[in-house]
Amino acid sequence: MSDTAERVKKIVVEHLGVEEAKVTENASFIDDLGADSLDTVELVMAFEEEFGVEIPDDAAEKIQTVKDAIDFIDANS
Amino acid sequence: MRRVVVTGLGMVTPLGDGVETSWSRILSGQSGAGEITRFDASNSVARVVCEVPVGDGSNGTFNADRYMEPKDRRRVDDFIVYGIAAAQQAIEDAGWTNPQGEEAERSGVMIGSGIGGLPGIEESSVLMHERGPRRVSPHFIPGRLINLVSGQVSIRYGLKGPNHAVVTACSTGAHAIGDAARLIMLDDADVMVAGGAEAAICPVGVAGFAQAKALSTRYNDTPEKASRPWDEGRDGFVMGEGAGIVVLEELEHAKKRGAKIYGEIVGYGMSGDAYHVTAPAPDGDGAFRAMRAALKRAGMAPSDIDYINAHGTSTPLGDEIELGAVKRLFGDAVSQLSMSSTKSSIGHLLGAAGAVEAIFSMLAMQQNIAPPTLNLENPSPSCEGIDLVPLKAKERPIRAILSNSFGFGGTNASLIIKEFTE
Repeated sequence: MSDTAERVKKIVVEHLGVEEAKVTENASFIDDLGADSLDTVELVMAFEEEFGVEIPDDAAEKIQTVKDAIDFIDANS
Repeated sequence: MRRVVVTGLGMVTPLGDGVETSWSRILSGQSGAGEITRFDASNSVARVVCEVPVGDGSNGTFNADRYMEPKDRRRVDDFIVYGIAAAQQAIEDAGWTNPQGEEAERSGVMIGSGIGGLPGIEESSVLMHERGPRRVSPHFIPGRLINLVSGQVSIRYGLKGPNHAVVTACSTGAHAIGDAARLIMLDDADVMVAGGAEAAICPVGVAGFAQAKALSTRYNDTPEKASRPWDEGRDGFVMGEGAGIVVLEELEHAKKRGAKIYGEIVGYGMSGDAYHVTAPAPDGDGAFRAMRAALKRAGMAPSDIDYINAHGTSTPLGDEIELGAVKRLFGDAVSQLSMSSTKSSIGHLLGAAGAVEAIFSMLAMQQNIAPPTLNLENPSPSCEGIDLVPLKAKERPIRAILSNSFGFGGTNASLIIKEFTE
């Protein structure tokens, strides 16, 4: 697992209070991990902090799974 | 009008988590006061507060993990955490944890706060100033709004009836109980979870009250002495925090399910001073009329009241004015009753005060013991002729109680609760 993936998963576990095993790359924040619309905003903020990237709103809307997040961060940081 | 009884109690106070812990410590004369630990208060003129003792849950400490997931807790201000905790205690005490169908639609919530999420507003304002609007949490608003205690409690227990929140400064808790009882009397609900929650001990909160010259500043080195209602040496109130919540229930509903009954809400009176934003009207007219209205609603005479839990905040003006109003309204009956201020033990819980004090009053009634007014060592001359329960709890018959709450803006509320009899 890449360093980015490790750190993304750690943030997801912390913020959503879910078990680590559930945070697979294809897991959807809303459908699989129980996030609501506020949680997804908070997750994006946490990614921005952790990786020092800025995630504009239109890009944030497309980040729906763990993999979406990892890919965006790898491409933009 | 339908009759309303109290069937569940819950509280978080500076003396600890839970009704039994707080009450037993009140009776044994303990004080919840100490120096401010939540922030560096070295530049504050007022450095004494009553903080909820946070810990692992042992020895009466408050462990939030018993009530909320850590991820949910860090999104909301502490007044919501305390409110949820006290509501859980009250709802479990009443055995009303899982109403279904129409029962759920007939169960509501009315939990208020005087100030709401001030610590979080302060922190987020600093964060935004330093780092811009994109660092403000999406949970900022729902984690600070006063009605979100009622909202959260309704979500947790599926309570689909009236969902409301009172905001009347330091009268909040009393108004919430009185107003919620009326919703049941008027057949808008059968069960109401009602009370107040507060957690405003933060730099701007303390500074704001201190600048209004409302807080005690003379006892920074002896915190337990700072809250001293009616004592000659009093010099302002001591900020407290916590929550008090009751479950109110229509009498027949409570009887049908065999609920235990702590007391009946028989009187509720309200008034406005129409005088000043912070100072009480000097003639005590607002307090007088609130108490008189409560007695009228209850259909009771002054001599029917055995115990008054005073607003008694330990301010030079307020204590004297309330005492004068009580003497004027109760006349000769004043020599037969006992009146004390539990704020001498736990400080002033602002929007939670009225609810916590109504609960203490009900316990006083159940156990026939009046809680003490701590630090009442040198009573003002006007204290003559009335038992203010100085220093030590006092056993005496208590069949009915009156609890006073007065708030900034000149808003007054009095509750009368009576032993339940058919």
